[in-house]
Amino acid sequence: MTVSSEARRSRLLLRKANGAVFMVFCFLATLVGLIMLAVLLIDVLRDGLGRLSYDFINSFPSARPEKAGIKAALWGSIWMVGMTAVFAVPIGIGAAIYLEEYAPRHWITRVLQTNIANLAGVPSIVYGLLGLAIFVRQMELGRSLLAGSLTMALLVLPIIIIASQEAIRAVPPSYREGAFALGATRWQVVWRQVLPTALPGILTGIILALSRALGEAAPMIMIGALLFVPFTPSGPTDRFTVLPIQIFNWISRPQEAFHHAAAAGIIVLLAVLLGMNSIAIILRHRFQRRLRE
Amino acid sequence: MGIRDIADDSDTASFIRPRRPLDYQIRRAREALVHFILFACAFISIFTTLAIVFVLFEESIRFFADVSIVDFLTDRQWTPSFKPQHFGIAPLMAGTLLVAAGAALIAIPVGLASAIFLSEYAPEHVRSLLKPALEVLAGIPTVVYGYFALMFITKEVIRPLFPESDIFNAASASIVMGIMIIPLVSSLSEDAMSAVPRSLREGAYALGATKFEVARKVVVPAALSGIIASFILAVSRAIGETMIVAIAAGFTPNITWNPLESIEAMTAYIVQVSLGDTPTGSIEYKSIFAVGATLFLMTLLMNVLSQFFLHRFREVYE
Repeated sequence: MTVSSEARRSRLLLRKANGAVFMVFCFLATLVGLIMLAVLLIDVLRDGLGRLSYDFINSFPSARPEKAGIKAALWGSIWMVGMTAVFAVPIGIGAAIYLEEYAPRHWITRVLQTNIANLAGVPSIVYGLLGLAIFVRQMELGRSLLAGSLTMALLVLPIIIIASQEAIRAVPPSYREGAFALGATRWQVVWRQVLPTALPGILTGIILALSRALGEAAPMIMIGALLFVPFTPSGPTDRFTVLPIQIFNWISRPQEAFHHAAAAGIIVLLAVLLGMNSIAIILRHRFQRRLRE
Repeated sequence: MGIRDIADDSDTASFIRPRRPLDYQIRRAREALVHFILFACAFISIFTTLAIVFVLFEESIRFFADVSIVDFLTDRQWTPSFKPQHFGIAPLMAGTLLVAAGAALIAIPVGLASAIFLSEYAPEHVRSLLKPALEVLAGIPTVVYGYFALMFITKEVIRPLFPESDIFNAASASIVMGIMIIPLVSSLSEDAMSAVPRSLREGAYALGATKFEVARKVVVPAALSGIIASFILAVSRAIGETMIVAIAAGFTPNITWNPLESIEAMTAYIVQVSLGDTPTGSIEYKSIFAVGATLFLMTLLMNVLSQFFLHRFREVYE
């Protein structure tokens, strides 16, 4: 099999040309996602920016689209996310500490770990069905903030557990060994050495989990978060609505003016999420720096 | 393990500094209590799974007391709201699968190509910018995607191009859902390709392969189980996604291949019933749990399959 050098050179050129085409294709594919993100943001800003005002944030929903605002939904979201944090954060961190610091290498631990991974993949609407049957009906909490935030707490729990586990795992073993060598008990090691070091990482996970809670609509529809709420909640047993539900409600109306209100609501929702994620990024940055030192 | 054993064996501590027995006992009891509380926290996850399974199947069993499971699986009509009622899951399943298949058609090639670019071509500083930027797509609330699907993709792209399409259609939901799951495919595939050892690439370069040939014939095959895991996970996410299909794809149970028609996905049906105030115990109320159980089983199966592939990949390289 002899190939003339002429033929080999032209084949090499062809191979390189193929490679260049492929690289351009891959680069363009990477841009597809980013371009669509930009189009989405521009579309929402174009539709909603004109509707955004102080009155919009401080008014209750109304049958007249130009008067409708997000006051009830915004406060409902703040209540719901806050209560979700109260339920999910201690339990999530506790579970992560157990799995990383206490659990024996045992089949039960493996079952726990696999189970948490699977829970993270359960569709959010299934959590909604769970909340509807258990919290709303069986425990008779009704369609209250309490039922909503308990449901949401179960939904974000796997996210908090997995993120906290990663943060705890990143704490160098030498920290623990030093404390054990001084005679500390395991809980003293966890409380005074591991947790303070892992805290920024854990906080990052918590913020990401709460961003998820803030943006979820499906489980709240199942719980029966109201579509029309002309009041702000004053306690855990009150009925409520949240931002994504309010937006969904406005999208479903036929009048275009309501669609603009929906877009304005989306801008508020995205702005809050952007703020939360910026904090998470700053925390992650500090966390990585501290571990490197 | 050794460290833990020593820490538990408090005799070591008392050897260094003698303790009063009471103090020692309190300390011991506190440790046991903390251990128990932490275990209880972790066990809540097991309880959640059991509760999901119990709730879904309890109500489903009640549903199947009224509707035969054979009809549920074989009937080609889903008409819960008018007589004669039909409860065949096929039209809802077809709607879900049509949208998910369309989303996969977009997300798999785009996501995989992005992953190859990020892992094989992009310099480190470009990669560290682009990867988080792509992941922003996964953090956008689904109700926002729903808005985008209906108000932009349908009204400003699909309807002008195909005037005969329904205002609610499967195509808009597919496109937007495809965009949403791009980062799932790209991030996980990129992780898998980055984990392929350098030596494999260098071996191929030494034999005279171009970068493209290394990517196509060495890296992608070597990372294949990780890549497949990402595909399955992305499709599973598309199947379970609710708000996009509820807003943009319609509430018309429909067995069709035409993405320009209005359809109804399983998740959209559950939303539709919840929006009306359905009394507990009615057949509609029970039916959302039967549909939910079907959805749960489908996504669980895919997630387990995805973990199986990921596990196989890790066994080889990590």
